[in-house]
Amino acid sequence: MQQTQPAGTPAGLNAYASDVDQYLTFSLGQEEYGIEILKVQEIKGYSAITPIPNTPPHVKGVMNLRGTVVPVVDLRSKFAMETVEYSKFTVIIVVTIGTKIAGLVVDAVSDVLNIPASDIRPAPDFGSRTDTRFITGMANSGDKLAVLLDVDRLLGDEELSAVASEG
Amino acid sequence: MQIDLSRFRDTFFQESAEHLAEMENGLLRLEREPGDAELLNAIFRAAHSIKGASGTFGFEDVAHFTHGLESLLDRLRGGEIQVTHGLVDLLLRSEDMLRDLLARAAAGTAAPEEMAALVTELHQASGATGKSTPAPAANNPVEPAESKGTAYRVSFRPSTDLFQQGMDPLLILRDVAALGESTTTIDMAQLPPLTGLDPEQCYLAWTIRLVTSKTVEEIRDVFAFVEDNAEIRIEPEVLDLRPTAVAVIETKAAAAPAGTASLRVSTSKVDKLIDLVGELVIAQSMAKAIVEGFTPSRLNQLREAMAETERYTRELQERVMSVRMLPIGQVFSRFPRLVRDVAAQLGKQVRVEMAGEETELDKGVVERMSDPLTHLVRNAIDHGIESPEERRRLGKPEEGLLRLEAYHQGGNVVVAVSDDGRGLDAQRIRQKAVERGLIAESAVLTEEQAHNLIFEPGFSTAETVSDVSGRGVGMDVVKRNVQALNGSVAVRTETGGGTTVSIRLPLTLAILDGLLLKVGAETYILPLVAIVESIRPLPEHVRGVAGKGEVVAVRGEALPLMRLHRLFAIPTAVTDPCRGLTVIMESGGQRAALLVDELLGQQQVVVKSLEAHYRKVQGVLGATILGDGRPALILDAAGLAQAAHGTVNEEAA
Repeated sequence: MQQTQPAGTPAGLNAYASDVDQYLTFSLGQEEYGIEILKVQEIKGYSAITPIPNTPPHVKGVMNLRGTVVPVVDLRSKFAMETVEYSKFTVIIVVTIGTKIAGLVVDAVSDVLNIPASDIRPAPDFGSRTDTRFITGMANSGDKLAVLLDVDRLLGDEELSAVASEG
Repeated sequence: MQIDLSRFRDTFFQESAEHLAEMENGLLRLEREPGDAELLNAIFRAAHSIKGASGTFGFEDVAHFTHGLESLLDRLRGGEIQVTHGLVDLLLRSEDMLRDLLARAAAGTAAPEEMAALVTELHQASGATGKSTPAPAANNPVEPAESKGTAYRVSFRPSTDLFQQGMDPLLILRDVAALGESTTTIDMAQLPPLTGLDPEQCYLAWTIRLVTSKTVEEIRDVFAFVEDNAEIRIEPEVLDLRPTAVAVIETKAAAAPAGTASLRVSTSKVDKLIDLVGELVIAQSMAKAIVEGFTPSRLNQLREAMAETERYTRELQERVMSVRMLPIGQVFSRFPRLVRDVAAQLGKQVRVEMAGEETELDKGVVERMSDPLTHLVRNAIDHGIESPEERRRLGKPEEGLLRLEAYHQGGNVVVAVSDDGRGLDAQRIRQKAVERGLIAESAVLTEEQAHNLIFEPGFSTAETVSDVSGRGVGMDVVKRNVQALNGSVAVRTETGGGTTVSIRLPLTLAILDGLLLKVGAETYILPLVAIVESIRPLPEHVRGVAGKGEVVAVRGEALPLMRLHRLFAIPTAVTDPCRGLTVIMESGGQRAALLVDELLGQQQVVVKSLEAHYRKVQGVLGATILGDGRPALILDAAGLAQAAHGTVNEEAA
């Protein structure tokens, strides 16, 4: 199963007003998260993942995306949540970070939201012990509060570009 | 109206590079066969093509310089001047200058100061008083000296029944505009008032001011179809090109950063690809038709159709790979010049022989072979071939022979550089290696082992460190470069008879022969080139070395044992080396044993980069996609072998 998420925005949504951004929201356990929809390349069902040695535990391995070998990151594991068995409902969101592509394993995809910038509240201060650099803010998603993530910061720095200690 | 020439610029530079290579080749041969008229013609044609095209693109320095070069070549061609060694030298230097000028034109920088001096030298050599004789018009209609174009006034007055002839003046005007830079003015004097206008009549006339490098004949050709129905006049105009020059310089600056790599593929290769894709589509639709009305009785048909599809797919894969294949001759072609220069510098006489230039290799391999081969060629001349006096004393011809050849051997390509010089001196190499601390004084070496010492880092037997080679970085760099391409190097030598260094390379970087192996639930691929053998050791051959991990004794040699399941943290049931399989691999002269569960077989795999979307992972060369669609990792034998020798301690944990 594989559906492609249009990268553009449908007409009539006042999409070009610069203060409204579209977010794809997904769930991890009881929590909702959102990522900028322009970063999303596609959403696909779970496919076989080949583990890579000597990598952080949340990098589950690589998958075959139509002939391209793409790394897969488990967000539950990344956020130190309890991990669950992958099932047929497990979804991989394929995102682009610059020229690179990566898959994010999430529990389920929820919705596409139009969020005006004015509705985004800054992330609360969790204290210095928690790494919140990749959280851009919080916004209402239905009756829940979605945590908005910056994909570039989430994956960009450490996972994808860091070179192994002995290159 | 300015037509956009910039998109042809890349082609121009590419073609110019080819013409230059042709010139160089010709010049080097000319030195040996000064009387060859055909050779001179070829050199002249190459220079002329560069001159013509550079004029069109507004690279005036190039055009100006090539003009001077061309004049000299023309006088050589006419037999007015004789070919001498000094003259060939001058021509070669001019060719270098031309290459530099082209590079500068591409980058949009000005010509170097030395250009003027070299032009004067060319003029002096051609004995010209500043004005050169133009080339005979017979085969080369030469443009006026500046060659950047001539202005013409073209007047085009069609008869009124032009439309009835099925002619469209607009098309003709476009064609004219395509010849160069043009300004078109329309003459509507004949246009009647609207009431008296017959829409099927042509009342208009045009005057075009055209700046082009084309000849009057070529301009006239555009009007060939309307000649009978129109009054056409083409007259040269007084030249004022300043605006053109400015315009072209602007494009130059804008297009300069575009230095993308491109590939020229022969049309026949592309045609074959298209044919093959057609076949594949047919085979696929046949298979589809069978599946749609499928009954078990048609299973055999389906099998056949699948086999057909598979065959075409494989052929397609091969052909697509061949698109990236380039003849090794592209690298070889620069060596005659290099040899000439290096030999002259060292006071030696060397003749170059080449064979198998047409042998094709992957573009990436060909490009990365040029440095190692340059090292080998320089080495051969510097260390291998003796001075003319010494050769005479030894009863050899004064002129040394350097041979470059390439040929296929069992799925690999072998590129060999050989000389007929003094050969390697095992004794001297040994002595040097002891001095450098590479081997112990007491070490017992076979001749072959001694010869292979030249590939050790920091080894150079040259008595004096010369400009040409002998800086101690040479053969080890060659070896490393070749190994980075999954290839290997071997040396064969005969004292007093010469040395041959052969480089064995895979046909392409993208496909690799691998051994599929299994550890736990995972499949890995080990490049076949790295595998020596695989064994199942007896319990007494596996030893723990205190604090140093494990070793396995193979015919008396103790090799570090690496357990892949431990290294990669893969759960598996097979942890006893005597129950699994131990693959002995060798890379970079280091051997190591790798414990795996079992071997699945040999397969060609397409190498995909992990770095493209992830990063480099230690011990992993890349990934591939297996038949079932799952990715599998390709092991980096060199990295693993190094790790085994360097960090045995950690693995023992």
